[in-house]
Amino acid sequence: MRVTLFVQCLVDSLYPEVGEAMVALFDRLGISVHVPVDQTCCGQPAFNAGYRKAARVAATHFIEIFEDAEVIVCPSGSCVSMVRHHYPDLFKSDEKWLDRAVGIGQRTFELSQYLVDVLGIDDVGAGYDGRVTYHDSCHLLRGLGVAEQPRRLIRNIRGAELIEMKDADTCCGFGGTFAVKYPEISVAMVDEKISNIVASGADTVTGCDISCLMNIQGRLSRIGSPVKTIHLVQLLAG
Amino acid sequence: MKPSTYQIRAEAAINDPVLQRALANLQQRLGRGAADGYRRFPEGPELRLKGHAIRMKAIENLDILLDALADKIEKNGGYVHFAADGEAAVKQCIDIARTHHVSLAVKGKSMLTEEIGLNSGLEAAGIETVETDLGEYIVQLAGEAPSHIIAPAIHKTREAVGRLFEDKLGIPYTDDPPTLTLAARQALRTKFLNAEMGISGCNLACAQTGHITTLSNEGNIRMATTLPRVHVAFMGMERIVADLKDHEILFRLLSMGAAAQNMAGYVSYVGGPAEKGRTDGPEAFHLIIVDNGRSRILADTDFREMLCCIRCGACLNMCPVYGKIGGHAYGSAYSGPVGAVVNPLLTGINRAADLCLGESLCGACMPACPVNIDIPRMLLMLRTKLAEGDASWNVKIKNRVEQAAFTAWSYLIRNRFIYEMFLNGAAIGQQFLPARQNMILRLPFAGRGWTQNRDLRRLAPHSFIQRYRIESARGKKDETTRAG
Repeated sequence: MRVTLFVQCLVDSLYPEVGEAMVALFDRLGISVHVPVDQTCCGQPAFNAGYRKAARVAATHFIEIFEDAEVIVCPSGSCVSMVRHHYPDLFKSDEKWLDRAVGIGQRTFELSQYLVDVLGIDDVGAGYDGRVTYHDSCHLLRGLGVAEQPRRLIRNIRGAELIEMKDADTCCGFGGTFAVKYPEISVAMVDEKISNIVASGADTVTGCDISCLMNIQGRLSRIGSPVKTIHLVQLLAG
Repeated sequence: MKPSTYQIRAEAAINDPVLQRALANLQQRLGRGAADGYRRFPEGPELRLKGHAIRMKAIENLDILLDALADKIEKNGGYVHFAADGEAAVKQCIDIARTHHVSLAVKGKSMLTEEIGLNSGLEAAGIETVETDLGEYIVQLAGEAPSHIIAPAIHKTREAVGRLFEDKLGIPYTDDPPTLTLAARQALRTKFLNAEMGISGCNLACAQTGHITTLSNEGNIRMATTLPRVHVAFMGMERIVADLKDHEILFRLLSMGAAAQNMAGYVSYVGGPAEKGRTDGPEAFHLIIVDNGRSRILADTDFREMLCCIRCGACLNMCPVYGKIGGHAYGSAYSGPVGAVVNPLLTGINRAADLCLGESLCGACMPACPVNIDIPRMLLMLRTKLAEGDASWNVKIKNRVEQAAFTAWSYLIRNRFIYEMFLNGAAIGQQFLPARQNMILRLPFAGRGWTQNRDLRRLAPHSFIQRYRIESARGKKDETTRAG
């Protein structure tokens, strides 16, 4: 068995340790990993900002690179949601590309979804010493319907205690260019998220999208909070 | 860049701790309440999907359904008027008022009349117009605009209402809600008894029976539409279903979406004036069916789905952006996710650009909607029109600089070699930015917004792919192949 990794541009450039944790995790599970080294970005930033022409360029590049992959796994719910749900929309008037887009969408999985739903693994033999709370990222939860899979994986991490925070399924306020264009609203939202994290008593917040975690971490850092942010795959590789 | 009105109002709301508490309470109570309620439907939560199908079917047969409705109401002795825009609708109402020598009108809550500016039109024509929904009455006395579709005075505390009533109604100051409610009730009772005209909206109309339905929890709409001599109802042209079976389903979905109720407290079916020989009900009944931009939405298959909306406000109760900025930031009767789509379509996409750009696309509105409208999809469509321009909706490209940036980006991302050169350059450039440990404290240019109140993780000196390539070259990995 071999999985092809789609690492997500933010992981690639800002959080390479998340990509390395993915490689380490699959190594431990005895699954061989293929990383197409020409990959860049799925196009979601452009698509969400309305630039469909630019997004189509990225999507075309993505499809060409990943077309031969049997299974594509990505540590981001929103990127997978982009490929699965929005690629068909981008190519709706181009039959040839539409078929390719739909096909690739069916083979693309978010990491926790792939482990639990496809491989049937909910214990990866990881250990972590801490009280962990899980943030549901929007497109993973509402776009892909993934909520229970990451929680099952966390519950089986030795030493980790999963604590639910209030409104775990409420947006953290990231929203791509929204966070930059409307910082007051975005920060008010992340402050609410952080107050729920702190109130839960957790010392670590985890999730399946680095974009949310980057937003939460950025605010935690600014206010000098000791709460740690860590991507789920880093917990699982630990 | 100068902050927009949307941003200024949003910031004011965020810095108002009283409003923040009120919004949080509202969302916990109604938002989570409706979500639980959908699961408790005897038909299960799938009833929302059925509701969507019913609404779409009605929207696609509007001409036939409206015709049937008008026909039945006229047979019952009522009058039906079609108004192409808000101005025509207001004028129609004024004409009716003049014919019946009306000097005082009482109103039930209606978002459509807010949309078309009915109150100010009537006041300008010398007709006193009094809102009778408690929340709307408070907002009207204060000279403000409603800030929520269902809870219009959510932004006001009981202390503020106490001071308002002391000032406007001349009662001694109190912040006791029952006392304040009683004072409003007494003041309104006089208005009800003296009004010559009652004005209402229409929550839903039924073509089969030829009636309109109004829902309320205070009984004020029933009183406003039965006591005065004349009843004028305003209806958005999309607010109709085919038959009673569909009506019953929609009506339950509406009650749940709006107030997490199985059924609203007061429900009235109105199909015309009082029957001959009966004393209950008005002498004359007029229904004004308003287009005001809806035909244009109907004509565009990308946005037609928005006409399914029954204005229950459920999406406001789950939207995390609305939950922070409240209703006034949207600058219209329609706030929250519904406002973010409807206002641009009704008043101009460029004009209301902030509404569709100023939210996080989290998607919480769609499962909150009792008829499952795909609001996120339409927000994305609106953004595309702003980004790329659109002649059919007269949309001009919003931001040429951003457009150029994304075009440049589209060249970068199609070639890993160039992309990496850019990343390497940025990794060098970031060394000149103020930072603490691994976090950048201040970004330049367009990135300023991010670091206004947040830090940002530094770019890694080497990207994951670079590191992986180096590892692979060392022979530790042998699987890597260059694609393409």
